[in-house]
Amino acid sequence: MVISQLPNLKEMFKPSHSRGVNARHVVTEPEQSAGTDNVIEVEHLNALYGDHLALRDINLPISHKGVTAVIGPSGCGKSTLVRCLNRMHEMAGGRVEGRVLFEGEDIYHRGVDAVELRSRIGMVFQKPNPFPKSIFENVAFGLRINGRRGSLMDTIERSLRRAALWDEVKDRLNKNALALSGGQQQRLCIARALAVEPELILMDEPCSALDPMATLAIEELIRSLAQEYTIIIVTHNMQQAARVSDETAFLTMDTDRAGYLVEHGQTRQIFTNPSDKRTEDYITGRFG
Amino acid sequence: MTSIPFRGRKASRNRQFRKATSGGFVALGIMATAFGVFAVGLLLYSVANDGIGVFDWDFLTSFPSRIPEEAGIKSALMGTLWVMGFTTLFAVPVGIGAAIYLEEFAGKNLFTKIIESNINNLAGVPSVVYGLLGLAFFVYWANLGPSIIAGSLTLALLILPIIIVAAREGLRAVPPSIREAAIALGATKWQSVRFQVLPVAMPSVLTGVILALARAIGETAPLIAIGAFTSVFFIPTSPTDAFTVIPIQVYSWITRPLPGYQEDAAAGMIVLLIVLLSMSSIAVALRHVFARRRMW
Amino acid sequence: MLILFLCALLSIVTTVGIVLILLTEAVPFFNEVSILKFLSGKEWAPLFSIKSFGVLPLLSATAFIAGMALLVAFPIGLLTAIYLSEYAPGPVRATVKPTLEVLAGIPTVVYGFFAITFISPVIIRPLFQTESIFNAISAATAMGVMLIPMVVSLSDDAMRAVPSNLREGAHALGANRFQVSVRVVVPAALSGIVAAGLLALARAVGETMIVTIAAGGIPNLSYNPFDAMQTMTAFIMEVAMGDTPRGTVEYESIFAVGLMLFVSTLVINLLAQALLAKFREVYE
Repeated sequence: MVISQLPNLKEMFKPSHSRGVNARHVVTEPEQSAGTDNVIEVEHLNALYGDHLALRDINLPISHKGVTAVIGPSGCGKSTLVRCLNRMHEMAGGRVEGRVLFEGEDIYHRGVDAVELRSRIGMVFQKPNPFPKSIFENVAFGLRINGRRGSLMDTIERSLRRAALWDEVKDRLNKNALALSGGQQQRLCIARALAVEPELILMDEPCSALDPMATLAIEELIRSLAQEYTIIIVTHNMQQAARVSDETAFLTMDTDRAGYLVEHGQTRQIFTNPSDKRTEDYITGRFG
Repeated sequence: MTSIPFRGRKASRNRQFRKATSGGFVALGIMATAFGVFAVGLLLYSVANDGIGVFDWDFLTSFPSRIPEEAGIKSALMGTLWVMGFTTLFAVPVGIGAAIYLEEFAGKNLFTKIIESNINNLAGVPSVVYGLLGLAFFVYWANLGPSIIAGSLTLALLILPIIIVAAREGLRAVPPSIREAAIALGATKWQSVRFQVLPVAMPSVLTGVILALARAIGETAPLIAIGAFTSVFFIPTSPTDAFTVIPIQVYSWITRPLPGYQEDAAAGMIVLLIVLLSMSSIAVALRHVFARRRMW
Repeated sequence: MLILFLCALLSIVTTVGIVLILLTEAVPFFNEVSILKFLSGKEWAPLFSIKSFGVLPLLSATAFIAGMALLVAFPIGLLTAIYLSEYAPGPVRATVKPTLEVLAGIPTVVYGFFAITFISPVIIRPLFQTESIFNAISAATAMGVMLIPMVVSLSDDAMRAVPSNLREGAHALGANRFQVSVRVVVPAALSGIVAAGLLALARAVGETMIVTIAAGGIPNLSYNPFDAMQTMTAFIMEVAMGDTPRGTVEYESIFAVGLMLFVSTLVINLLAQALLAKFREVYE
């Protein structure tokens, strides 16, 4: 694999057996997911909004490095699922049952500080949401709230380079971020997430508000980030899932509108030879 | 080497500091909020406490007097009724008319823009300046004297911008589909506004009107500026009569040195506050009913 | 249709009327008293036999009391607004907002009464050992309480107009509620919040009854909050209460002061509106 030219402290803390192993080759079937080399393990997860069950009994392991796509018809709870992984679901008044293990520890355990957890998991939203501040301050935000002092320039340049935005903005770092185009704003939001050195990046339909050219740029970016990061991307666009992901999880929903996981496996396998009839129907466009 | 567990890991100094500042901030916010709520309570309590002793039927039905214990608010109460009646008569039709024009008929041109920003500015003009306008224009130039009609016209101009803004908001909340449906059935623009849009918007327009009138009832300065009397020993019988209103009567009692008058002032305020609170309750209730009925 | 148009036109007529009347009455005043002396004079004694018309004492008292009132209302109002908009659970918000609206609906003459029967004798006098009931600080405190709901409601509006996806973005980066409020929401709503402060200031400058009742009514070029003072509005009230005949210089002087009052509130309001327009441009 390509090793980043820049020193990556986080790499040194990774379990040795997962370092340098390309995610493409460590795909595990859902039923044999008990290994500890997974970044995330979702176990019997139910997500609720008030009385409404939005997700039912989700079991999903996410291994180190690479991209996992979450696909499914609209309203099946894809976004809710990723929001459960950094405890943003509860910000909107939602409730969760079951366990989500992040690096082997249950993030819903009573002693876990959700704020601290979120600073280790990056998130990119549907609509680009840069703060109405300068480009520099946007990327610096996560560092500042975590109490980093001194010169932040190195980290900011590195983050913007990784987000493939540096060349476009290096001369106007003090300009307001809202002046950027939609695609640039979304890459800025990715840079903002990268700056805090997250161990996992969640992307909730990151291209749904962008034009095709900007979408292409983001997809290329996701591919290049996949070599260093674990990424989970929600998308309603199956071609996009096929283009960017190594693994795919397919969700659909019951008649009571509760989402559940149908199938999870290598993207190639899901798209060419799905083991479940419902997946096949969805992928071939017979449903959804 | 395994990953760093985040549970059980000792919170860093920074994180502890963050937690402390966050907690301190919430405490400050709650204190500030409590201060406002406490101030309302204290103010209402202190007025009630001072005035309750003289607040009775006699107080409502007596004229002012040189003896504090015998003084009453009758003439001021009647004056307020007279003035508010005429203020409503002048301000409400004109205010709603202007709102309909601006919201339904006016084009998006420079003139409309000027009127709009002008209304915003008028809403910020101090009420005592309206009093000067009333004094020079209605009292002297139009030769109305310090009469009910001059006072009402002054207050009408004062609350006109408030009514226009509130009525426009009400009209704007009516979905365009209602207008289009009426027009599609062959109604003229005017018919669509008169028979479809206005009835739908009415509750929220009315809410704004009530709140504007409540503001007018409490106004003191503009009416003193036009020369309204402080103590009136008769009940006005025509719009050209001299008058006083409750807040002016209250003010004149406040300025008297005899301690008994402070109680009269407080009792007058109780009357004023009861009227105002019932008006704003009606407004809130209306808004509530409107919010429920709105189905789109 | 024409009638409706005339209704809308009336607002322009009102403005023109205000300006014309203030000018026509103030011009003869300035024929007798030079504008320079008016603006720079340090003594205001229009009702004495040897008159002097230096507006500075009125102007400074107005600015001083309005400034002190804002010092009370702005921090408390802003903190309340942040708490209500970013922290408070639904039921708390649903109770506090209407309660503060009650505060906003109370006539100013009641605040004046509150200042001289409670704030001054119960709080200020024992605390600072002052002699007179009538002083600038009591009036300013009452005025500050009066302004709180205005600051709360306007800055709450501004903060709620900040799109919630900015809050989400900050939370996802590991910011706690305090950091989201202070580093994202407040800066994003800043022009709206400053506009709220300016509108409250304009209101304070134009406020009449509280200062007439509680501030003492003595023209006084002083910055001691425990002194009695007279603001521009309180002076207009003083003249209006005594039957000053039309055509005298005293009568004209209230229009000169009124003109000054009108211009100062207009300038503050225009500034606030410019800021609000800028704020809306970003988020609408």
